[in-house]
Amino acid sequence: METSTTQYKRCDLVKASGRVDSSTAPQLEEALKSITDAGRFKIALDMGDVTFMSSKGWWVLIDTQKTCKRYKRGELVLVNVRNEIRSSLDLVGMGSYFKTFIDVTTAVGSF
Amino acid sequence: MKTETYPGNYTSLAQISQFIIQAAQDAGLNEHETYQVELAVDEACCNIIDHAYGGENRGDMQCSVEIGDGKLTVILKDRGNPFDPACVPKPVFNVSIEKLKKRGVGFYLMHKIMDELHYETSPESGNTLVMVKRK
Repeated sequence: METSTTQYKRCDLVKASGRVDSSTAPQLEEALKSITDAGRFKIALDMGDVTFMSSKGWWVLIDTQKTCKRYKRGELVLVNVRNEIRSSLDLVGMGSYFKTFIDVTTAVGSF
Repeated sequence: MKTETYPGNYTSLAQISQFIIQAAQDAGLNEHETYQVELAVDEACCNIIDHAYGGENRGDMQCSVEIGDGKLTVILKDRGNPFDPACVPKPVFNVSIEKLKKRGVGFYLMHKIMDELHYETSPESGNTLVMVKRK
C-alpha cells in the first residue's frame, strides 16, 4: 500500500493505493495522523486505487473521523470508494459516518 | 482440495488473499462474491493471529479450498486458543461515532457475507473454521 498527501488551502488530499489490511493499515494511520497532529482536520481520502480494505482499515478511518469532527473543527470525507468496500462498510453500519464523493474536485470543494 | 500453510503474521494476509481470489475465480464466483470471500477470510485470519495466537508469529494457519456443487468452501485451521462464538459481542449500530466498539465487527461481517460458517475445536485437531460461499 502507498499513500501520498497534497496540502491544499481548503483541505489535505490523501491518495491511497493497494491493499489496506492489518499489515498495511498502520501506514494509512500514519499518513492521516501526520495531518491531524499538525492541527489540520479537513481531509479528503482518495480511495480510487484502494483494491481491498479490511476492518483494520475501517477503524483507522473511524478513529480519524473522531479526531477530525471533535469540536466541529473538520471532517474526513471519502472519494472514489470501490463498490465492494462501500457495501461491506454499509453492512456493519459504518458507511453512515462518512460523506462520499465520486470525484476529487467536488470533495475538495466541499470544504 | 488445495491446501497451503502460512505463518501466522500479517504479511501472510496478501498471499492468502491471492490464494483465495484464485479459488473463488476457479469456482465461478463473480467479482462481488469474490471480494466478500477475500474479506471474510482476511477477517478470520486476523482473528486467528490476534485472538487465537495472541499476536504474530506464534503459530501457523492452514488454509484449504474446495470447489464443488456451485460453491466454494474455505477451511482454516490453527493451533491457538479456542474461542466460544457465543461470547463474541455483537457490534452496535446506529450510535454516535464515539460509541462504536471494535470487538466483534469482523466476526459479525463473516456471518453476514458467507452462506455458512461452522466452527469446532478439539485438543487433537485444534481450531477449525469452515466457511461456504455459494454462487
